[in-house]
Amino acid sequence: MKRHFDEELAELKGELLRMGALAEEAIAGALEALKKLDEEAARRIIARDEKIDRLDVAIDDKCLELIARHQPMAVDLRFLAMAMRICAELERIADLAVDVCQRVLELAGRPLLKPLVDIPKLARLAQDMLHDALDAFVRGDVALARAVIRRDDEADQLRDLVQTELVDNYMSRDCTSAKRAVPLLLVSRHFERICDHTTNIAEDVIYMVEAAVVRHQPEV
Amino acid sequence: MSLIETDRLSLFYGNFQALKDVTLRVEARRITALIGPSGCGKSTFLRCLDRMNDLIEGVRVTGRVRVGGLDIYRKETDLLELRRRVGMVFQRPNPFPLSVQDNVLFGLRVHGRTDRRVLEERLQRSLEAVHLWNELKDRLKRNALELTGEQQQRLCIARLAALEPEILLMDEPCSALDPIATEKIEALMFELKKRYTIVIVTHNMQQAARVSEVTGYFLLGELIEFDETGRIFSAPRDRRTEDYITGRYG
Repeated sequence: MKRHFDEELAELKGELLRMGALAEEAIAGALEALKKLDEEAARRIIARDEKIDRLDVAIDDKCLELIARHQPMAVDLRFLAMAMRICAELERIADLAVDVCQRVLELAGRPLLKPLVDIPKLARLAQDMLHDALDAFVRGDVALARAVIRRDDEADQLRDLVQTELVDNYMSRDCTSAKRAVPLLLVSRHFERICDHTTNIAEDVIYMVEAAVVRHQPEV
Repeated sequence: MSLIETDRLSLFYGNFQALKDVTLRVEARRITALIGPSGCGKSTFLRCLDRMNDLIEGVRVTGRVRVGGLDIYRKETDLLELRRRVGMVFQRPNPFPLSVQDNVLFGLRVHGRTDRRVLEERLQRSLEAVHLWNELKDRLKRNALELTGEQQQRLCIARLAALEPEILLMDEPCSALDPIATEKIEALMFELKKRYTIVIVTHNMQQAARVSEVTGYFLLGELIEFDETGRIFSAPRDRRTEDYITGRYG
């Protein structure tokens, strides 16, 4: 027997996925704006963040309303609790994409310090991880969620590569390069943090499906 | 040692098996809730704990039930003493058509207590335990049937408390009460568990989640899952429990 509650949960899931898609677009757009140092594109993405913020509030409200009205238990309760967490992670991810765009505005007007190699790799990794984490959420696929978590180390390594290169090859040799190097350092940090939030989403998916807590554990 | 222990407890009504090899442990001074769909055996199980099923013709019980380490189905069990130690609160409040005072003291008199000082002291203590003393101390001769449903239910609990039992069995004790009265009985249960071990059967899953520390899920006479209440309602281990508590059963 199908419950009316299931329809409301499906609707909520749809809203979360819409928010996820907007966050994915924000990351992709931020990378493109960075590669071209496109101020206009960066400002467009910053302006679009408001849409994600509104969804964040609406989804939170909907979760609370469903908890109050249905007093859910077990898998339904875990789904709603995790929906609230995932929503907060997506909002942070979109904010970090905005942070990247702010760095683009700081960098614009001058040539890039160096050709971008590892930062685009890191940005694409963040996009892939988020895409897979959302897929895992839709399908309740814990194997895919675990694979996402394992990729977080790649993100840390790429960030370290970027930072080492900028510090060793540019900032320590020529202190005037700092103005163009620091925003890139921060960009690598922003994309790496996006991967961290995506990892959190994957952990939430595992809890939602299996009720297994994998947060704060070295191995999954 | 647990206060209540059942081992492979089965019960048959004629050819129909209502309980199937139920093994569980109930710890002292905790509230244990039994949930499950109608006809799943949870009330039958509860009635095994004070042998009230013995009153039904054609009932056969196998397995073992120990209360305080003693097998209550052994031949020499004193049923009057068993039902003093293990009291039952029913779905509908069932005060006797007597005064408040006579209701509370009824069990003590059945057990041969006549010392006036003892009776007065127990009367006050029992009514205090269920927060009825202040309300009724000047109306102890009033007929109990004139009380509200919630007061009647509290009076029935006082009637048990007068006998100083160890265990209170509650079979849907709030199903005939409105939400405010239900809240008061639930608040009372939290106080009572400081002194008594409570086993409650309820159809109201929110109530089980609110009041109990341990929950058992029965289905078709089987104990499907028995675990900490927080675990049962957030992450049950058995799919059948999950289907029931999320309303997907049936």
